[in-house]
Amino acid sequence: MVEHRPFLNFLSHAVLVLGVLIVAFPVWIAIVASTHPAETFQTGRIPLWFGDAALHNYGVMLGDGLSNMGAPPLAGMLFNSLVMALVIAGGKIAISITSAFAIVYFRFPFRMLAFWCIFITLMLPVEVRILPTFKVVADLGMLNSYAGLTIPLIASATATFLFRQVFMTIPDELAEAARIDGAGPMKFLRDILIPLSRTNIAALFVILFIYGWNQYLWPLLITTDEGYYTIVAGIKRMAEAVDANPIWNYVMAASVLAMLPPVVVVVAMQKLFVKGLVETEK
Amino acid sequence: MATITLDQVRKVYPGKVEAVKGISLDIADGDFIVLVGPSGCGKSTLLRMIAGLETISAGTVKIGDRVVNEIDPAERDIAMVFQNYALYPHMTVYENLSYGLRNRGMKRDEIDQRVKKAAAILEIGSFLDRKPRALSGGQRQRVAMGRAIVRSPKVFLFDEPLSNLDAKLRGQMRVEIKALQRSLGTTSVYVTHDQLEAMTLADTLVVMNGGVVEQIGSPLDVYERPASTFVASFIGAPPMNLLPLAAAGDGYRLPDGTLLPADGYPQGKAAILGFRPEDVVIGGTDAFSLDFHVVVAEPVGAESFLHGKAGGAGIIVRVHGRTEARPGDRIRIGVPAARLHIFGTDGKRIAHGHISARDRATETQAALT
Repeated sequence: MVEHRPFLNFLSHAVLVLGVLIVAFPVWIAIVASTHPAETFQTGRIPLWFGDAALHNYGVMLGDGLSNMGAPPLAGMLFNSLVMALVIAGGKIAISITSAFAIVYFRFPFRMLAFWCIFITLMLPVEVRILPTFKVVADLGMLNSYAGLTIPLIASATATFLFRQVFMTIPDELAEAARIDGAGPMKFLRDILIPLSRTNIAALFVILFIYGWNQYLWPLLITTDEGYYTIVAGIKRMAEAVDANPIWNYVMAASVLAMLPPVVVVVAMQKLFVKGLVETEK
Repeated sequence: MATITLDQVRKVYPGKVEAVKGISLDIADGDFIVLVGPSGCGKSTLLRMIAGLETISAGTVKIGDRVVNEIDPAERDIAMVFQNYALYPHMTVYENLSYGLRNRGMKRDEIDQRVKKAAAILEIGSFLDRKPRALSGGQRQRVAMGRAIVRSPKVFLFDEPLSNLDAKLRGQMRVEIKALQRSLGTTSVYVTHDQLEAMTLADTLVVMNGGVVEQIGSPLDVYERPASTFVASFIGAPPMNLLPLAAAGDGYRLPDGTLLPADGYPQGKAAILGFRPEDVVIGGTDAFSLDFHVVVAEPVGAESFLHGKAGGAGIIVRVHGRTEARPGDRIRIGVPAARLHIFGTDGKRIAHGHISARDRATETQAALT
């Protein structure tokens, strides 16, 4: 329904602008706060415009960290987060493409059972199975390791469904033509299915990268070694200063830095992302 | 180049559905064979079994001297053209054509040479670096054909390749496919539900129905001497007129009660009388005459079709040029003896042009009024 009444136009824009403000305001505060020296916050007033300590704040956070608050230099934590997000996104995509490929293109006994087993993992995110998963990871000696950070999060079904739907829209004749053209199953997967789901892979990568980047509870649980802290869990450690006030300018600088990589990924892959979610023509 | 030999080939789907019920067929080297039939008659299944895309439940399929039942499609030395073309959308035309060759590990310059040659034959050389998306339906069709011919396979398989094209293009591509097959001399199996395509393309026509072969023969032979009422009504547009005959003394009775004294055969048995719309002679003949009640007149241009009733059954008459007939007119029609077909009540052909009958005009009049 499209209506063109001035009042409705005004109202809908007002709602949209208000929504943008509500979402953007805290981000603005964070960015502004990260540019002030520590003294500003002792007045109890939140600054609304930039200060002059930006270089100093970011320099300290990236280089030294806040050792007295239990936070190592941000550069290391950013790197850990990046590794975690990339491995989770890549691993999930790889696993779900192959499992969707098996389910759509092969007839094997208990195919539907396998499908439903994958389906059930949807209902078991890491937060639900956190104790047993922790026990398993601890027993395997994977605490404080990249493997421990990523593998338990890779195992889930979301992406398998997406690829199953994508593969089912690809006409059977394409698979048959490839068979006649002498392409075996893996060749078909590599030469035809993966290129055809390129945009879907990109869209999924964006979603999963952010999912991995934003992981909080799991890294908090299994990392006790500073060398494996991730940025999102690290911010929490900084803000929760035990016998001192949080140093807000530093915390905010860390938050802004933590926001940047997901923003970069979304902006860089926006075109593919949208295409992957809306494109249906094959 | 190869012969194809099917021996008692059967396809049973899970759930005991028998799609192909024991078909035997010998296809000569270089023959263009067309499988035609209504949808669900098993023609596509048969083709896909030759291609190796469907498993064979029973019987054997031989390409050349080799039984290919258990051989992978890629190893059968066949090429297939699909109804929806099945071009790889992310590859250029060149890549589409060369994909099968690359998979076979052919040398790059030979691939290049073959692709260029196929492109030249099909006149698609100017868009080798385009993606299928940027091509029209007819061009995609050509690329699909090109993908088949670059491989120089022993057998071409066509699965309704023209049904996604508009009527004009379809006619044009039909001629091209025929000419191409002639010049390459490759044994071809072509599946269609379009009887016109079947008639014009085939060296040998195979009419299928319900998983069995109804008739095999040259297109004109099938047209002139249909082996069953199914073939008679499937091949030819408009279809053959069929009149059920009930035995009545030494003659026959039409559905409306008209009596036909038959000198012909078979006497004393019910039968079905058939004649083609274009074999009708206005004014009647010695062999067979009836009163025809025009219901609709369809001028098509070069000819006209008169739809109406005669002898209590729906009849179509084809008239050259224009017709003066108007709905409601009554016309005397007849068919030369040699043009009459007689089928048994089981639908099987019994005789050709044997009947010699004139109806009793008065009784016909009575029946019609």
